[in-house]
Order: sequence, then C-alpha cells, then structure tokens
Amino acid sequence: MSQAPRPALWLLLTCCLATSPGLSDELKDLYFGEALYYAHQGDFFDALERLDTEVRQHDDVDEPELDTLYYHIDDAEFSLGDFELRYRMHHRAGRAITAVLEGAVDEIVRNDAAFRLARIHFQKNQLADAMRALERIDGKVPTSIRDDIEFLRANIHLAEGRPADAAGVLQGLLDSAGFGGFAAYNLGIAYLQDGQRQAALEQLERAGQIVTDDPAELAIRDKSNLVLGTLLIDAGDYDRAVPYLNRVRLDGPFSNQALLSSGWASMSAAKTDRAVVPWSILAEREVTDSATQEAMLALPYAYGKLDVHGRAAIFYGRALDSFSAEVDKLNASIDSIREGKFLQALIREEIRRDKDWVIRLRALPETPETYYLMELLATHDFQTGLQNYLDLADLQRKLLEWEAGFDSFEEMVAIRHAHYEPLLPDVDTMFRELDSRMRLRIEQHKMLVKRRDHMLTTPQPEFLATRDEQLILARLEHIEAQLQGSESPFAASSMLRVRRLKGLLTWTLETEYHARLTTFDRNLRALDDAMAIVQRQYDQYVRGRQAATHSYVGYEVPIKQLRAKVRNAVETIDRLMARQGHLLEFVAVEELIARRSRLENFGDKARFALADSYDRATQAQAKVDDRQ
Amino acid sequence: MSRLIRKLLLLLLVCGPMAASTAQELSGDDMRSLDGQVQEIKSDVLNIASELNNLEERLLYPSNTQIAVFVSIAAAEEFRLDAVQLEINGQLATHHIYSYQELEALQKGGVQRIYTGNVVTGDHELRVTMLGKLENGSDFTETDSFVFAKGVEPKALGVTLAGPAFGKSGIQIGDW
Repeated sequence: MSQAPRPALWLLLTCCLATSPGLSDELKDLYFGEALYYAHQGDFFDALERLDTEVRQHDDVDEPELDTLYYHIDDAEFSLGDFELRYRMHHRAGRAITAVLEGAVDEIVRNDAAFRLARIHFQKNQLADAMRALERIDGKVPTSIRDDIEFLRANIHLAEGRPADAAGVLQGLLDSAGFGGFAAYNLGIAYLQDGQRQAALEQLERAGQIVTDDPAELAIRDKSNLVLGTLLIDAGDYDRAVPYLNRVRLDGPFSNQALLSSGWASMSAAKTDRAVVPWSILAEREVTDSATQEAMLALPYAYGKLDVHGRAAIFYGRALDSFSAEVDKLNASIDSIREGKFLQALIREEIRRDKDWVIRLRALPETPETYYLMELLATHDFQTGLQNYLDLADLQRKLLEWEAGFDSFEEMVAIRHAHYEPLLPDVDTMFRELDSRMRLRIEQHKMLVKRRDHMLTTPQPEFLATRDEQLILARLEHIEAQLQGSESPFAASSMLRVRRLKGLLTWTLETEYHARLTTFDRNLRALDDAMAIVQRQYDQYVRGRQAATHSYVGYEVPIKQLRAKVRNAVETIDRLMARQGHLLEFVAVEELIARRSRLENFGDKARFALADSYDRATQAQAKVDDRQ
Repeated sequence: MSRLIRKLLLLLLVCGPMAASTAQELSGDDMRSLDGQVQEIKSDVLNIASELNNLEERLLYPSNTQIAVFVSIAAAEEFRLDAVQLEINGQLATHHIYSYQELEALQKGGVQRIYTGNVVTGDHELRVTMLGKLENGSDFTETDSFVFAKGVEPKALGVTLAGPAFGKSGIQIGDW
C-alpha cells in the first residue's frame, strides 16, 4: 500500500516523450530532429549525445537568433531533461530545464518547465524541491498538463506523509479523464494514511466500481478491490470481504492474490466449502507463483476441514511432488546464476529488442531462474540495478568498438602525411611566387580604383591620355623646353607650332574626357570581375592548402587523449559491471534461497499433513467398517 | 493439526516476504551507491562520444567537402516507407531499408541522417528513390533528381518524403 504513487510514476514516465516536439511545429533544425529520431526508437544515448552537442553549439553562437535551433530551444532543453531521465541520469536531469525556468520565457513555457522540473525532483525523491518547483507555477498553465500537475502535487503530499493535503488535491481530480481511476484509488489510500478508515473504505469501494476499458485503470480497479478486501479481513469482517475480492478480474494481475485471500476469508468465516472454490482455481495456475503454492497447501487443508480426508491426502501428495520438483528447479537456478548464466542471458541483444523482454526471459529454457524472479525483477531497486547493468554492457560494447577504430584513424593520418608531406614544399614555392605576383596586381588594381574615384570629383584629362598621346606630349614639352631662350630665327614660329600642337592634343583630351572616363570605368569594372575570380581561386587554393594540412596535422594528441579516456572508461565499466553483476546475482540467489526455504517448509508440512490425512482417512474408513 | 498448519502458513506468509525484503534492503543501499557511479560513467562516455564524433567529422568529413543528407516523412502521411536509395552524380551513395521502429520514429517527427560524405565545391546531382507500400497494400516506387550547389561550408540537405499524389512528386528537397 505504501507504493501507492507508483502507478502515477509509471503514467508520468509514459507520458513524458508524448509531449516532446516533432509533430506540433514545423521542424527547422535537422539535428534536433535527428536527436528525436533516436529518442523515438528508445536510443537515448545517441539522442542525448546529439542534442547535448547541438544545444552547446547553440549556446556558443554569437547571434543565436540566426541559428536554426533558436526556434526549438525551449523544446530542445525540455527534451534534454526528458532524455536524461529516460537514460536514468537523474543527477544531470533538470539542469537544462532549470535553464529554461530561469530564462526570460513566456508564462506557459515557464510553467511547463516548472512542472517538468518538479517531476524530476519527485523521481529523485527530492520532495521539498519538487514542491518548490510546483509553487513556481503561476498564471497560465498549458491545458494538457493541468491534471498532471495536480496529480503530481498529490503524490508529493502522499510521499511527504501529508495524506490530508493529498486528499484535498485528489478530490479535485476524481472527474479527470486521464487520472480519474488513479485519483480514486490514491484518495482511498490517502484517507487510510490519514486515519480516516471509514472514509477510506467508502472511497476504495467507489474506486473498485469505476467503469473503464483502459487496461491500467482496470488494474487499479482490481487493486482497489483487493486492498479493500484485505482491510476487511484484517478487521475480522470476513463475510464483507469476500464480495470485494470476488470483484477482482480472474485474468488481471491481482487475481492470484485475490483468490487466495478470498479463500482465507471464507475459511475464517467458517465457510470452508466456499474456500475450496477459489483455491481450486488457484491451485491449477502457474506453480512458481507464491500464491499458487500456498493454495496447493491450503486446498487439501480445506478438504481436511470438510472431513474429505482421502481427497485431502491426494492433494497433499500432489503438492508434495510439485514442491519437490520446484525445489529441484530452484537448486538448478541457483547453480545457473552462480555460473553466470543469468547475466549472460540478460545482455543477449536479441531478447532485449522486444519491449517485453523481461517477461520473455521466462520462455528461455536456459534461464530457469527467471521463473522465480518475476517479483524481484519488478522491484524498483532491482530494476535500477538491472537497467544499469544493461546500460553498462551497452557502453562497454560502444567503447570497445571505438577503441578498435583508433588504429584506423592513425593509419589514415599516416597515409595522408606520407602523401602530402613530399608534395607540399614544391607547391608552397610555386604558391609564394604566384602570391607575390598577385599582390602586385592587387596593388595596381587598388591604385587604378583610387585614381578613378579621384577623377570623378577632380577631372584630370591627362590621366586618360593614350600611350601615343603621352609620348607626343612628352616630346612637345621637350621641344618647348629647348625652344625656351633659343636665339634661332625660327624659334618663335616653332614655339607657335608646338603650342598649336599641344593645344590640339589638349583639345582632344578635354573633349573626349567623359567618353574616355566611361570607357576607363567600364574596363575597370571588368577588371573587378577578373580580380574577384582570381581572389576566389586564391581563396580556394588557400583553403585547399589548409585542408591538406588539416587532414593529417593536429590529430596525434587528440587521438592519444581519446584513446586514454576510452581505456579508462572501459576499465571503470568493467569494474562497475563486475560489482553490479555480482550484486544482481547475490540478490537473485538470496531471493531464490528464500523461495526454496519457503517451499521446503511447505514440503515438510505437506508431508506431515499427508500422513495425518491418511491416518484420518483410514480411521474414518475403520469407523464405517465397524458400523457395518 | 489443521490449526498448526494454518499457523505455520500464516507464519510463513509473514516471515517469507520479511526475509526477502531484508536482503533486498541491504542490497538496495549498494544498488543506490552503484547507481550514482553508473550515472557518472554515463556522463563521461557521453562526453567521449561527443569528442569522438567531432574528431571523426574533422578527419573524415572536412567542412569544405562535407555533405549530409537527412530524411523525414511529411506530417500525417500514412504510407509505409520500405527503403530509400541515394545517388550522387550517378554513383550510389547509400541505400537504407527501414525497420518498424525506424519508420515509427520518422512518423513521429524524427529526422534520419541517412548519409554523410564528401563532394567538391560546385553543382551536383542528387537522385532519390523511395520504395514503399500504400494504405491499400499496393507497392510503389518513386524517383526524383535534384541539383544542389556545394559551397565551402558543410552542406545539409533535407529530403521530405510523402506518398505519391497525382501530379506532385512525393520527394521534396530542402536546403539547410
């Protein structure tokens, strides 16, 4: 009964990923989608690895609003928390969600984050923190999680030992579509913990009559009836207990316990003949179940009470044979576990592909031990240990694969080194020569651009003179200089001719200036395009040259460090697996020894009772003979 | 005699679970202590995986030649995707046959990185072929080609698949 919140926990866990993004909004970040792809397949290691990297990269960018993850960052951080929980990393889970909660986000998003954080704290058994997170919920709450919040609140109260507060919350959830059945049962438990016995009985009666076709709610209805029946038996109210126990479905998970209790209630009410019915059904069921084993002994006991000693003797005999066979099976199972076969079976991958792999273990002929471990496998601590062992086995497999890959990496780097190293010196020499020529051209180009820009504001026609015109002009200026101060009789007329020629040239330069400037500008622009192509090729070369270097330089240290980290991790995992495996085997063997001891005790009593029944049957027969 | 048996039964009922639970509680402390260490090593291995992926990407798929192709299924599509084949410039790049789990993950909004490789900068042709089954049980195959430009930065292409519809290709490609 103390495990009342468990169904809630299960429900919360199953609801977890259903609220993750992917369907509602258009996906803008492929890498977030990739993480979801792995998560939807239950591969939370790969999902976490990808999403964690993506979120970290997003956090490092200068302008996050330009990053595609920006549109999903809240969902991504929620999902990180979910994945961490599902990968059973409770210590880390909540870190990302806390970041959302403390950021400047919309009220609905903040409330969603607070709920998720509370759920994580609850799963970590940090009840005060869980309640504090719930208290941060204020304002608009997403409709889809309104009932989840209240149900979680009630479970926290129950776990804190405040049943009256839990009852207050649960009352408001009785009409909830998703939680009605669970709330009805938990309310009964809350009343019981609060000492309101009568209210608890009435509430459990209501919870035991809910109309539903949901398998989880049907199970909780059965549990309500079983708990109610058990409470009435404890109170000595045997006649009232039987109808509730009979309400438990015969094919439900609580059927065996209900049949057993029903028989004991009838026996205690001195209605032995009625006890025979449920025990007869139960005695034919799976013999490894402890309730069945008890019924195999209780049934002949009831026949004995009814003075049907012959039949009692037959059933005691059957029970004895069965117990003996089961003890042999248990011995074989204990030996099998001690030989390590249990752990070997657990890590077989083909079994774990099935989601009901724990159940399917029963079908394995080479793992008889699992017949008796179903209850143990269902306990929280054992489940945690088992899952950890399986996770460690997965990690070990991954690490060993990675370790094998380092040699290939090193070989690849060595091949590239051998290929590029002799080629690069010649390439670099050629590049340096080209580089200096390019720089010269770039400088010339810059100078021309500067000149054009200058001419746009200050016209300078002589700058646009052709080569011939420049030569003519230079010659004319040379002649003009010679004629200066000349005493030749032709000097004056020659000077006149020179000036006329210069004037003609100036006329041409001035009148054609705009046309020439336009042509110059057009040619310069064409040169820009050519320069851009050259620059692109230059950049491409530089990148290619860098890529060549980057393909083999700078890997030695990271590979060495990673190799060491992988080796250390493998060693740690080997150590942890050995400890975890040993612990699992120890607990499993202890469980089997306890079950064997119980069966041996049952066997002793059956043997004694068998002899007693024969005696009584013989005496009864003798009495009949005497009378005759 | 019968009273004795019943007393023994009740005693066993009470003692049996108690003995078992004591053993479980004892081991429970160890289990919890180990659980903390397991969580730590998980965190360490996740970091190693991240570093290794980074190294692998640098070594095998440098950014100036890297191309990654992602596959997703359009929302509300009910067809069953059986396989996808990619060819880049007429060469088979990859071929993937989907398991039920993978298909379900795609239908729930997951995106599969189907191919990571290297191509030089410039224009290239991507040819996508999908094989599947329609709701009515009939098989279908569809192929479409796309041209994409590879620059100096890593290239990511998203292929969105939908069932065949009249006059419309079920294969759409997006640039990321």
